[in-house]
Amino acid sequence: MVTVLDRDTELRQRAWNAAASVVDPEIPVLTIADLGVLRDVVLLGDQVEVAITPTYSGCPAMNMIALEIEIALERAGFHRPKVRTVLSPAWTTDWMSEEGRQKLRAYGIAPPQAASSRRALFGAQAVACPQCGSENTELLSEFGSTSCKALWRCKSCREPFDYFKCH
Amino acid sequence: MPVANIQVSETPLVLYTLRRADDALILGHRLSEWCGHAPMLEEDMALSNIALDLLGQARELYTYAARVEGKDNDEDKFAYLRDVRQYRNLLLVEQPNGDFAQTLVRQFFYSAFADLYWRAMMTSCDTTLAAIAAKSEKESAYHLRHSSEWIIRLGDGTEESHARTQGAIDHLWAFTGEMFAVDDGERGLIDAGIAIDPATLRDRWLKTLSRVVSEATLTLPQNNWMQQGGRVGRHSEHLGHLLSELQSMQRTFPGLTW
Repeated sequence: MVTVLDRDTELRQRAWNAAASVVDPEIPVLTIADLGVLRDVVLLGDQVEVAITPTYSGCPAMNMIALEIEIALERAGFHRPKVRTVLSPAWTTDWMSEEGRQKLRAYGIAPPQAASSRRALFGAQAVACPQCGSENTELLSEFGSTSCKALWRCKSCREPFDYFKCH
Repeated sequence: MPVANIQVSETPLVLYTLRRADDALILGHRLSEWCGHAPMLEEDMALSNIALDLLGQARELYTYAARVEGKDNDEDKFAYLRDVRQYRNLLLVEQPNGDFAQTLVRQFFYSAFADLYWRAMMTSCDTTLAAIAAKSEKESAYHLRHSSEWIIRLGDGTEESHARTQGAIDHLWAFTGEMFAVDDGERGLIDAGIAIDPATLRDRWLKTLSRVVSEATLTLPQNNWMQQGGRVGRHSEHLGHLLSELQSMQRTFPGLTW
């Protein structure tokens, strides 16, 4: 026997999976679930409402992510889905999944360190090179190709690399 | 045909939110003027990235101001359809970029304040402002680190960079007092726990400045005469020119969308 509760749980899971399949347009190896951007999926009758949280206030990828979520849900058979932005609690790189961190490294981007080191005004950070693993690295620029990245260089293998800033 | 300016019902909370939104928008616009012109590629990216953060903060604040006001206004109307006298930003943030030193000193003065301000605002009993604060605080801390490092490098650099940075500090100093000023409407919000009293941040702000400036072999001015007016729409001659560029599309093609 299938109860209403089971049906809703299954529906919600299906909606979650559809939303969770959306990738970050700037870092396509990461899904929004890996990033911790996907916060909640709720069923409101027949409608699905997805809650996401922005990484950086001005991140231009958020508009595209919202659009991609709507498309993914429509494809999965959910009509007129809604995407809601929640600001609180504020997103942190600590929410990035372990799987996400490994995918980042394999993609050539050093994953973020724990956010506790963020407050140090001129704090020394040791960021391991995603190519060779060496910690003999140096910061080239605090700001990189997107809001969430800084530019580093490995002094062992000489490769420049992106570092996903802790936030 | 000219496009009419919007009317804004400036209740204390709407005005308070608009002031902070205008600070972020105008400073963000100023920084975006460096895009493609910064002295090196890394700085071009840095200044544009900071501009983007500020623009994001401005959008959240405008959206909230519109919600509190409860009229027909929205983030775009606040940005594009208010004239210079309706803008409520600090005089500091509208000052021209000048040279690289002047841009970084302006950023340093503002970020050192914003970092403390947003961190304090996380305790606001207004949940939306507290949530915006929690996001902005992280970004401001990063912006402060960036400008602090540059102040040290420029001040403790060559004779030329030292002189230019000291000149920028002396020139912009008179615009910093406005950050700590409070009017009657804001006093009410402070008493209600919605806003924080910026006067309580001044000692810590000065401490951050002193630490960085002395490491940079620079000095802070002793003159404490301060210029004011931005919060009530009395701006320097520079803001009108900035708005003519920022608003040109909406003024020329009213209602234009992408």
